[in-house]
Amino acid sequence: MKKKFLCLGLIAALCGAMTACGSSAGSSSVSSGSASGTVTKVSGDAFKLGASGPLSGDASVYGIAVKNAAELAIDEINKKGGIQFELNFQDDQADTEAAVNAYNTLADWGMQVSLLTVTSGSGQSVAPLYKQDNIFAITPSGSSTAVIYQDAENNKDPYGNIFQMCFTDPNQGKASADYLAEHTDLGTKVGIIYRNDDNYSTGIYNTFVAEAKEKNLKIVSTGTFTKGATDFSVQIKQAKDAGADIVFLPIYYQPASLVLQAAKNAGYTPTFFGCDGMDGILTQDNFDKSLAEGLYMLTPFSADATDEKTQSFVKAYKDKYGETPNQFAADAYDAVNALAQALENSDVTPKSSTDDITAALTKQFTSMTFQGITAPGDITWNENGEVSKEPRAIVIKDGAYVSAE
Amino acid sequence: MKEKFKSNRNSTVSYSLVIALFIILSIMSGAGLLGRKYSSLLVPVCCYIVAAIGLNMNVGISGELNLGQAGFMSLGAFTAVIVAGALNFHGVTAPALVLLICIVCGTLIAGFLGWLMSIPVLKLEGDYLAIVTLAFGQIIVNIINNVYLGIDENGLHFSFVNNSIQMQEDGKMLISGPMGATGVNTASSFLAGFLLVLISLIVVYHIMNSRNGRAIMACRDNRIAASTVGINAVAEKTLAFVISAALGGAAGALYGMNYSSFAATKFDFNLSILILVYVVLGGLGNMTGTIIATTLLVVLPEVLRFLSIYRMLIYAVVLIVIMIVTNNQTIRLRLKNLRQNKKESGKGAKTNG
Amino acid sequence: MQFLSYLISGLGLGSVYAIMALGYSMVYGIAKMLNFAHGDIIMVGAYVAFFAISGAGMPPAVAILLSVLVCTVLGVVIERLAYKPLREASSLAVLITAIGVSHFLENGALILWGADSKFFPSNIFPQGGPTIGSLTISWLTIITIAVCCVIMILLMLFVGRTNTGRAMRACSEDKGAATLMGINVNAIISLTFAIGSGLAAIAAVLLGSTYPSISPTLGAMPGIKAFTAAVLGGIGSIPGAFLGGLLLGVIENLSKAYISQQLSDAIVFGVLVVILLIKPAGLLGRKVSEKV
Repeated sequence: MKKKFLCLGLIAALCGAMTACGSSAGSSSVSSGSASGTVTKVSGDAFKLGASGPLSGDASVYGIAVKNAAELAIDEINKKGGIQFELNFQDDQADTEAAVNAYNTLADWGMQVSLLTVTSGSGQSVAPLYKQDNIFAITPSGSSTAVIYQDAENNKDPYGNIFQMCFTDPNQGKASADYLAEHTDLGTKVGIIYRNDDNYSTGIYNTFVAEAKEKNLKIVSTGTFTKGATDFSVQIKQAKDAGADIVFLPIYYQPASLVLQAAKNAGYTPTFFGCDGMDGILTQDNFDKSLAEGLYMLTPFSADATDEKTQSFVKAYKDKYGETPNQFAADAYDAVNALAQALENSDVTPKSSTDDITAALTKQFTSMTFQGITAPGDITWNENGEVSKEPRAIVIKDGAYVSAE
Repeated sequence: MKEKFKSNRNSTVSYSLVIALFIILSIMSGAGLLGRKYSSLLVPVCCYIVAAIGLNMNVGISGELNLGQAGFMSLGAFTAVIVAGALNFHGVTAPALVLLICIVCGTLIAGFLGWLMSIPVLKLEGDYLAIVTLAFGQIIVNIINNVYLGIDENGLHFSFVNNSIQMQEDGKMLISGPMGATGVNTASSFLAGFLLVLISLIVVYHIMNSRNGRAIMACRDNRIAASTVGINAVAEKTLAFVISAALGGAAGALYGMNYSSFAATKFDFNLSILILVYVVLGGLGNMTGTIIATTLLVVLPEVLRFLSIYRMLIYAVVLIVIMIVTNNQTIRLRLKNLRQNKKESGKGAKTNG
Repeated sequence: MQFLSYLISGLGLGSVYAIMALGYSMVYGIAKMLNFAHGDIIMVGAYVAFFAISGAGMPPAVAILLSVLVCTVLGVVIERLAYKPLREASSLAVLITAIGVSHFLENGALILWGADSKFFPSNIFPQGGPTIGSLTISWLTIITIAVCCVIMILLMLFVGRTNTGRAMRACSEDKGAATLMGINVNAIISLTFAIGSGLAAIAAVLLGSTYPSISPTLGAMPGIKAFTAAVLGGIGSIPGAFLGGLLLGVIENLSKAYISQQLSDAIVFGVLVVILLIKPAGLLGRKVSEKV
C-alpha cells in the first residue's frame, strides 16, 4: 500500500513537472533548446526554426549530419547580420510516434519555420500537422513523395506548405534508369539489391523498374533485404549467376559497403550504381576504398567538388566537427540557406504571424532560384514543393569522386 | 474471504486512480496547462496502458513470458486502418462510431489470431514459449510489411510482396507495404483512451476474481498440482493468452487511429520489450502498478528531452536503477524499515498497507 | 552445385550466429538468465579491436587479446553492478535490467564513438579461400567454424571435467545446495560472465571481419538471431548453440535463395516454431521434468 502512495506521489510530482514545462513554455524550452546544442541564443528578433531527426538509434548518423550542418549554416547567417535564426533540433529516433512528440515540443516552443524531419517516415507522420497549423517546412532529406503529397500514390493533393531540398525518390529512380539507358557501355543486364522495408529504397526501386521497362533495360535479378541485415552473399550470388553486369543499389552506404564486401568475397566485379544515399561511403573510418573503385552514383553533392562554395562548406564543416560532410549535411546546409534567402527577399519579420510567414515563404520558394552546393546549376521549386535540380553522376576513381561523363 | 476483499480493494485503487488521473489530466489539458507536447501523449499512454494490462494478464497472472505483444498491436492497428478506410470510403465519418467499430474489429482479429497462435505456443514452456511468441511477433511484422491494400468502388484490392494493384480513379491506398498505413483520418481521443483503459481493467479484474482467474493463477503457481485437482491447464492458459492478445489488438486499434501514418516496423521486437518493461516495472499481476509504470516510462523520455544526446543514456540508467531498487531484497527491506520508523513517529497517519 | 554454394555461404553466416549463441548459452546455462546485453558487449569488442588496430596500429593478435580483456572486465563489471543485486529477484527483473544495460551500452557507444559506421580492418584474417571445382569457401568461414569448434570443445571440457566446471554445474542445478557444498556462488557466476564476455570479444572480431561495417547498433539484430539460435539448439546446451547457429544460418540463406527474400524473416522464424513444436526443448536441450 505504501509503495502505491509513493508511486502516486511520483506521478503527482511528474504532473507538476509537466505543468511547469507546459505553462512556462517560453522560458524553459529556450533553455532546453540551448542544451540540445542549439546554436546562438539570439535575443528577440530571430526566426524560430524547428527541426527533428534521429539523434539516437541506428539512423542517428543522418540526423546528426543534418543538425551539424544546419547549425553551421545558421552560425554563418547570424554572423552576417540581417536574417537571424534560432534553431531547436529535437530527437525523433526516426520513429513516427517520436516525431509527433517532437513536433508538439516544437509547437510549444513557438516554431515559426521548420526543416520538417530528416527521415521520410517521420516526415510523413508530421506533415498533416504542419498543414493543420500552417507552418512552412522544407525537409533537407525526407525524399518520399508522401512527405509532400497527401495522396502519394497518384502524386495528388500536395500539402503546399512543405518543400523538399532533396530529389524525390521516384525522380532518383527515373534518373538512374535514364542514365543507365544512355550509357549502355556500363552494361546492359541490371541486377538490383534494395531494402524492402524502407520507403526510400522501395520508392526508388519502384520507379526504376517502371522506367527501365520503358527504356528497354533488362533487369535480370532482384534481391532484397531488411533492416539490420548483414549478410548479402545470397543476393550477390543470384546477381552473379544471372549474369548481371550492372548492380543497382538504391540503398544507404552502410549496407552498401557490406554488399561491396560480399561481392569481393564472391569474386564478382560488375559496375555498381547507387543514388544519393550512397554518398558518404568513402567517409567511413578506415574504409577499404578499393571496394568502391568504379562505383557510380547519382548524387546532388560531392565533397570533392572544386567549386568555391562546396569547398568552403566542407572546410568549415571539417574544422567544426572533424568529419567530412555527406549529402545529408549538404542538403541541410542548402535548405537553411534557401530559407534565409527567401526570408531576405520577403517582408516578414520574426514578429509576423506564422500564416504570413508561410504565405510569404511559399510565394518566394515557388518563384525564386537558389544556388547552393547540392546542384551545379540553379535550383527551383514547383508549387507542389518538389525541387528541380541537376543530379551529378559521380564515379569513384583511385579512392576519390570524379565527375562521370 | 480476506483474499477476496484484498483483490476488491486492488481494483478499487486501480479504478479510482484511472478516473482521478483522467479528470485531473482532462482539466489540465483543457486549461492549456499541459502544452501540446504532453497533451499529445495522452492517447499513446492509454494505448500502452491497455497493451501492458493485456500483457500483464499473460505474464503476471498466467506466468508465461510473451515477447510478441507488439505483433498483436500491429494486427489491431492495421485492422483498424482497413476498417476505417472502408468506412470512410462509404461515407461513414463520425469519429466515435468509426473508432468504436475499429476497436471492436481490431480486438476480434487480434484475439482470433491470438487463439490460433496459442495452439502451438502453449504446447511449450518457459523460455521456449517466449521465443515462439517472439517468432510470431517477427512473422506478423514481416508479413504486414509486404501487404498492399487499396480500396475503390469495386471494393478492397489486395496484393502481396509486390504491389500490383490497379485501381479506379477514386481508389485510395490504405496500406502500402513498407510505407505502412497512410492518410487515415484520425479518430482517437483521450476520452476514448480512458474508456478503453477502464473497460480493459474491468475485463481483467473480472477474470482475475472469477473461477477461471483463480484457476489460471493456480496453473501459474504449480501446473501439475493444478492439473491434479481437475483444472484444464491448457484451456486456462489459452484464455489468458487470448485476452492478452485481444487487449493488445484493442490498444493497437486505438494507436492506429491516433496517428495518420505508421509502418509495420514500428511494432518490432523493441516495442514488445518496451511493453514488457512496463509490466515488469509495474509489478507482475499488479494492474495499478502497470498503469503507473507505463505512464512514467512513456512520459520520462519526453521530460528528459533537455538532456539532448544523453537522453536515452540517462533513460537506460534510470531503468536499471529502478529495477534494482524495486527488486533488490536488501534495499527493499531497508526502505521498509525506513518507512516503519517514519510511521511510528507519524503515529499511523495512514492506513496500514 | 549452386545448392552447395548457397549451403556454404549459409554455413558462413551460421558460424557467426553460432559463436554468438555460444556466449548466450554459456551464461544462460549457469546463471539462468537471458543476457540481452550480450550483443552489445560484442559491439564494444568490435570497437575496441577496431581502435586497437586501425587507431593505435597494434598487431591483430595483441588487439584481439586487448578486446578480450576489455570485454571480460566489462562483463564482470556489468554483472557486479547491475545483475548481482538482483540475484534473489525474479528472472524477469533481471531480463529487464539486461535490456536496460543493452540500451545503456548502445547509447553510450553512440555518444562516445559517433553514429557513423566504421570499417573493420580486413588484415586480421587471410582473404579469399580454397577453391574446389567452382566452389570457393572463404578462409573466414573455415576459421570461424574452426574457432567455434575449438571453443565448444574447450567449454565442454571445462564445464564437464574441471572442478570449477563442476562447481558451475552445481550452481546451475541449485544455487542454495551449491552454497552448502562450500561453493562461492557469486564468484562462479562472475566467472561465467567473464568467460561469456570474453567469448563475445572473439565473436566480435570474427563478426567484424565477416561483415566489416560496424556501428553502435551492430549487436541488435544478430543478437536476436543468436538468441534464437541458442534456443533452437536447446538453450544452455553448448553443442546445441553451435548446431542451432549453423542451422539457422543455413535455413536463412536457403530460404533467401529458393523461396523469398522479402519473407525470409517470416520463414526463418516459422521454421523455428515448427522445430520447437517437434522438439519442445530445442534440438539438444534437456527436457527437465518437474518434480511434484
